[in-house]
Amino acid sequence: MADPSEKVTITLDGRQVEVPAGELLIKAAEEAGTYIPHFCWHPRMKPVGMCRMCLVEVETPRGKMLTTSCTMPVADGMVVETESAVVKKAHEGVLEFLLINHPLDCPVCDKGGECPLQDQTLGYGPGESRFVEEKRHHEKPISISDLVYLDRERCILCARCTRFSEEISGDPLIEFVERGNHVEVNTFPDEPFASYFSGNTVQICPVGALTAKPYRFRARPWDLEAVESVSLVDSVHSKVSVESSQNEIVRISGVDNDPTNQGWLSDKDRFIYEHVHSSERLTTPLVRDRDGFREASWGEAIGLVAERLGATPGAAVAGIGGARATNEDAYAFSKFMRSIVVTPHVDAQLDDGLDPEFAAAVHPRARIDDLEQAATILLWGPDLKEEFPVLYLRVRRAAAHLGATLVVVHPRITGLDPVATHTVRYRPGEGPAILKKLAAGEGDLADVRAALGQGPVVALVGRPGLGEDPRLAEAVAAFARDLPDATIMPLVRRGNVFGALDMGLAPTLLPGRVSITDTAARNALEDEWGALPDGVGSATTGILSGLVSGEQEALVLFGADPVRDHPNPTLARSGLEAAEFVVAFDLFLTDSSRLADVVLPVAAFGETAGTVTNLEGRVQKVNQIVPPPGRSRAAWSILDDIATAMGGSLGATSAERLNKEIARVAPVYRGVTWDMLDWGEGREGIVVPLPGVDQPLRHIPVDTGVATVTERPAVHTARVLYDDGAMLRHCPGLAGLAPPAAIHMHPRDAAVLAVRDGDRVVVSADASVELPVVIDTGLAEGVVYIPFNLVETAPLGAPRSIRIDAVREDAS
Amino acid sequence: MTDRILTVRMEAHPEDSHTLATYEATGGYQALRKALTSMTPDDVKAEVKASNIRGRGGAGFPTGVKWGFLPDDLRPRYLVVNGDESEPGTFKDRILLERDPHQLVEGIIISSYGLDVHHAFVYIRGEYPKPARRVQHAIDEAYAAGYLGSDILGSGFSLDITVHLGGGAYICGEETALLNSLEGRRGEPRIKPPFPAVAGLYAKPTIVNNVETISNVPWIVANGGSAYAAIGPERSAGTRMFSLSGHVNRPGDYEIVMGMTWRDLIYGIGGGIPGDRALKTWIPGGASAPWFVPDEHLDTPVTIDDVGANGSMLGSGAVIVMDETTDVVAAAHRIVKFFAHESCGQCTPCREGTTWLERVLWRILNGAGRPSDLDLLLDICDNISPGLRWPPAMTTICPLGPSAVSPITSIMRHFRDEVEAKIRTSEGASVG
Repeated sequence: MADPSEKVTITLDGRQVEVPAGELLIKAAEEAGTYIPHFCWHPRMKPVGMCRMCLVEVETPRGKMLTTSCTMPVADGMVVETESAVVKKAHEGVLEFLLINHPLDCPVCDKGGECPLQDQTLGYGPGESRFVEEKRHHEKPISISDLVYLDRERCILCARCTRFSEEISGDPLIEFVERGNHVEVNTFPDEPFASYFSGNTVQICPVGALTAKPYRFRARPWDLEAVESVSLVDSVHSKVSVESSQNEIVRISGVDNDPTNQGWLSDKDRFIYEHVHSSERLTTPLVRDRDGFREASWGEAIGLVAERLGATPGAAVAGIGGARATNEDAYAFSKFMRSIVVTPHVDAQLDDGLDPEFAAAVHPRARIDDLEQAATILLWGPDLKEEFPVLYLRVRRAAAHLGATLVVVHPRITGLDPVATHTVRYRPGEGPAILKKLAAGEGDLADVRAALGQGPVVALVGRPGLGEDPRLAEAVAAFARDLPDATIMPLVRRGNVFGALDMGLAPTLLPGRVSITDTAARNALEDEWGALPDGVGSATTGILSGLVSGEQEALVLFGADPVRDHPNPTLARSGLEAAEFVVAFDLFLTDSSRLADVVLPVAAFGETAGTVTNLEGRVQKVNQIVPPPGRSRAAWSILDDIATAMGGSLGATSAERLNKEIARVAPVYRGVTWDMLDWGEGREGIVVPLPGVDQPLRHIPVDTGVATVTERPAVHTARVLYDDGAMLRHCPGLAGLAPPAAIHMHPRDAAVLAVRDGDRVVVSADASVELPVVIDTGLAEGVVYIPFNLVETAPLGAPRSIRIDAVREDAS
Repeated sequence: MTDRILTVRMEAHPEDSHTLATYEATGGYQALRKALTSMTPDDVKAEVKASNIRGRGGAGFPTGVKWGFLPDDLRPRYLVVNGDESEPGTFKDRILLERDPHQLVEGIIISSYGLDVHHAFVYIRGEYPKPARRVQHAIDEAYAAGYLGSDILGSGFSLDITVHLGGGAYICGEETALLNSLEGRRGEPRIKPPFPAVAGLYAKPTIVNNVETISNVPWIVANGGSAYAAIGPERSAGTRMFSLSGHVNRPGDYEIVMGMTWRDLIYGIGGGIPGDRALKTWIPGGASAPWFVPDEHLDTPVTIDDVGANGSMLGSGAVIVMDETTDVVAAAHRIVKFFAHESCGQCTPCREGTTWLERVLWRILNGAGRPSDLDLLLDICDNISPGLRWPPAMTTICPLGPSAVSPITSIMRHFRDEVEAKIRTSEGASVG
């Protein structure tokens, strides 16, 4: 790759322009203001020069030559014609060729109105067709996956979809079949296009050949309202365009934000909006009486909550949640709990994440974009393909196309293993021993240790499974920190968890990456908020145990579902059942909010505006495009009403005003305004703190000495992309995609238990469930894997140890 | 002076020219011995360059120059021998593969030594099972005799050869499509540059040469490049294999020295037209080449450059002769149909254009032609091969699309009245 700052001069349609050396001509021309039409070329994929639409004339020693501008790098002195008679004829010719077999069913095509083939025909095509023969016919459309239809008649065979699948997502399940005039895109027989990223092919299809089932025939592009926002499916925060018709979100498209998603989305990001308009959404406050829930007015519900919380000693009230909310909501919740209720017990994590100081303030912290320059990437954490799909794409790109050495340490085969240079599998619980061996470069890990000696190193660390000690991740980071030019990215998944931690929703943190032990910062906050509660609060597990023991009496669930998301669902359920009073802010009745005394309906994604913070500390704006249904409202405004009813004040008159307060009160957010994010230099988001602003807490990772635990079998429990989460459950397009529940076993372990693939076993920990066995050679021996939070596995949670009993058919 | 190089042995030993015993008994592997014991790799390259041999696959690019394009500093390098002989009318590599495989194997070993290649590939079309078996057998014999494998003849030079059979696609004769096919991908031509010499097989520097080209190497090394250069006209040095077919009395493969006239070739070597019918037209270099007609071309010389100067190409040496009974529209349709069928489908103008051309020609042939079809045909051709000039410009990735243009421009240029006559008689009819 040429030095991007190096420039060359080319003559473009008679005009001398300076362009970056080595840049592809099509890109250089566009940057210089000359658009060259194209179909197959996509700026995020390798050029192939197949559609021939971008032909231009370039002067050569042998005269002018037609050449594809998408495959031609610029060179100094190059003379290019993009509008000569020859070029114009070539454009007309290519378009006529593309149209002779195109059905021209634009009036019933989803793409009509935003179709590059339509647009370019208008701009560069012939006015009429000379083709009098019968067009090519195919069955239309065919279903190639649960989410995507393929209409082969509309296809212009640009191969964007097939190249995306091979080059970008690494699951080449669609390919060109046949040859010549019979070429078509199709799947392999009996193998659907079951990719987590299939929706991207719909978006980049330059015609209506690939359409998304949830959007099909829902709207015409010219009727769509659109607003930019970011996806909150995970903490990567991919930039999206949220599009609605008649006050209903009907589509989400990826927006190319260079430092984060580069245009791509997972199908979960893309189709999760379906839950927003579910008929199961809560639209009115609910209050429990003897017969169960009944609908209540806001006045009654708020009065009841204020009365019950006000009557409980502050320190006996706890708050769980906030990781699905905006920063403004999370800030309001933090302020409400600490200054109105006056309790130190707040936690946005459900003990399924990492130490809050480490997650929020690790130093030195990596940005996603560091992966572009990384020589070596160490991933010791979740299977990114399942939990951080867009980050998976970025790491895959670095390893597959940018030459980075990738080391994956995980108990089981992961989505990145095919592009990894080294993979290390180990038994959960034995991580500390493996880390010690890796750090010393002992035995079979000598090569891996040597690979990690090449900097810059980006270390992605998190909990590979929910049963694993979160301190292991910090121990890994403490090792990685000393690698050459190392930066560290903590992997915690839930939506806006980093924003929530930054707003102080953790027992040990105050807003703005401040430790509660930082007296000066604490005093400054007390000037704004009034007196803060004393002492360190409990994290979620402590809160739940406290509810069981009676030490805690009341609980505020702020968009959290501990019965499903806490590693110990039995404890979560007991805690909620034992509580004197539970109020839940929620979109739906969940397993947790069903146990509440008051349920308050809140606004969902696309129904409020605010800021959010991703796993690298990048602050971006989410925006409103549809109104919240029924009487549901933004959570911050509900909190403001409760505070008022309790005789206090949050001062939260608008989300933007809360944002201004955050910028004043939370040190690392100083100077970050909505205007900046909407209009200014913050269009790509702003990584906080801004230059020149201090971060009070810098957490240098330390190995706190996690003990190795050896269990047989060791249990690996991890999330899958499509689980039985509260939002997914209400997305018709995605709900069916959850994998079948099962317990995965290494073949030798299955042999010891005398079970075969498909046999059923009873798995017992605090709860017992019956599951089929899947023989899985991707596991380390001595490990069983159970997907977390599927309908059938949810009661188990993430136990450290289990018992497995085969169900014998002949037992009767 | 030598007038035959490649076919001497098969002529003298029709029963067993393919065996190692016969090959060795007739001087085989002596050139290899000479190269390995008394020549440096650079010496080998110098001799090939001095021979002035031009590639026998079709494009006629000087082999020594091509060999010089390999970057000095990149290893490994590969040699790929193109035996995907698929151009309609071409069957000359077949006899070289089938009847003198050791000549090719020796050529590969010497060339590999010169090019510092340690793994060579022979890509043979799938419809050539017997030639492929013969080549594999020759390779097996060569391994057993110490001509292949490690430390060949004690020289320290090592080489392996792998034979690969194609799956039946014409396009895999195009060198970059061949490389894709060899790598297990779809046989689709690559965008050039990069050329294979820089980034070829598995993205490594690769020389792709035709079977006939490499089969000449043992003679060149044994007798010296200058001896080879002295055969025939200066810019069409050496002997040349021709596959003569169609309306001639003696069709078949001939090895000749270039420079004779087409009259000599068709009437002398080919023995003239059956029934003494009149010669109508002929294709001088395979189905992709524009056609020649007696009035203009019969007394022009058969050399690479003369044929090129007359607007066609010597190509793969396939000469297809058509006499006065030939329906040229039907002949052109058949050739266009071949190219439409063999289009890989990757790029738009070829995938859509060749099929469209075929269907318009089919209409004309079947009584549903329209007066506007003449302009339409030429304009579709122009959209595949702008300017309809020779050598062709292209809107396509590879020359397959423009190949389908050649028969149409040929009949429109030389036999337009016959095409018009078909349309006149079909007015009012509607087919398709």
